[in-house]
Amino acid sequence: MARIVAVVATEEQRVCGGVPVFVALDAEQQQRLAESLEKILDVNAHRLMNDVIILVDHSVAG
Amino acid sequence: MNLAIFKDTEIVAIAVGIVFGIVCRIITLRTDYRQYPTYPHGKVIHVSLGVIAAGLGAVAVPALLKKDYTAITFLALAAQQFREVRNMERETLSQVDKMELVPRGNTYIEGIAMVFEGRNYMVIFASFVAALFSLMFQWYWGVAAGIVSLVVAKVFQSGKTLGQIADIRAAEVRFEGADLFVDSIHIMNVGLESDRRVIAEHGLGLIVVPKNENVKVTISNIGQRQAILHNVSVILGVYRDTGEPALVPMAKLDLRSGTLAVFVLPREKDPAKAIAVLRNVPVLENAVRMPSESPAGQGEG
Repeated sequence: MARIVAVVATEEQRVCGGVPVFVALDAEQQQRLAESLEKILDVNAHRLMNDVIILVDHSVAG
Repeated sequence: MNLAIFKDTEIVAIAVGIVFGIVCRIITLRTDYRQYPTYPHGKVIHVSLGVIAAGLGAVAVPALLKKDYTAITFLALAAQQFREVRNMERETLSQVDKMELVPRGNTYIEGIAMVFEGRNYMVIFASFVAALFSLMFQWYWGVAAGIVSLVVAKVFQSGKTLGQIADIRAAEVRFEGADLFVDSIHIMNVGLESDRRVIAEHGLGLIVVPKNENVKVTISNIGQRQAILHNVSVILGVYRDTGEPALVPMAKLDLRSGTLAVFVLPREKDPAKAIAVLRNVPVLENAVRMPSESPAGQGEG
């Protein structure tokens, strides 16, 4: 199963929980932040319907 | 020079057998776009093993004709030896596969390893037949039988290709929001604008339409799909690097129709070439299923 390793959101009140959350000021900053995280963590960035970007590690086995 | 040795029919038969065995190994040892077996050492290994196999096949004939039936146990030893070859190939390829941008996948590796073992048996067969005929009749009959066995070996060499079992056409790669589609088949969700731009520029979509029910099962095999992606990436290059997890070739099924959508990122974006490559992807023996052969699978469609 894949694992969510980080979340990048533009609205703080939309996210909470047990993973690192990065709050961006706007959509552009959100993209840049997610891009950096994608390269640094070597995980996939996926955008959900509510414009929250999650960084998912698909390499986790099992 | 003492030519008396060539008057001994047994020696001649063994020589004919060994020669055909070696020729059989060499003609079935192709280093093509896959560059496997690697040149030169990979080839040296397999030609050497081919010589051993040829010797075993050729020597078995006079031994058996002399009613030395225990000689047949030698062949059992040979089988053991060639199973070892299969393990060796599997191990090497599995190790190397970890360092590939687009891996071959285990099913493909098993297929290749199996081929190496199988070809050694073909060598034994060729040298055995050639030696048998030259000992029973004349050396030239041995040569004739050897040639026939080479043809047989060549026929058994290659299996089917994807183009024979499925129709392949190019398809559009498009985005709906963050979701990547090939035709109407969902491939993956790409969260980053920059990745979407790269994919829109370099991505290529292909659709594999199975020709019958059996093929649907074959192309749904994950090993078969990985082999497709690997082959395309080897031949047309791949726009991918470490630290670029979004730029990954993928193949996904349309569950309703059993059609396979292939998404690749070739260096050379040429749909016609990509279709040609896909047509030539080998159908992996281990991915072939024949549900239509089962009593329950018959009746419809």
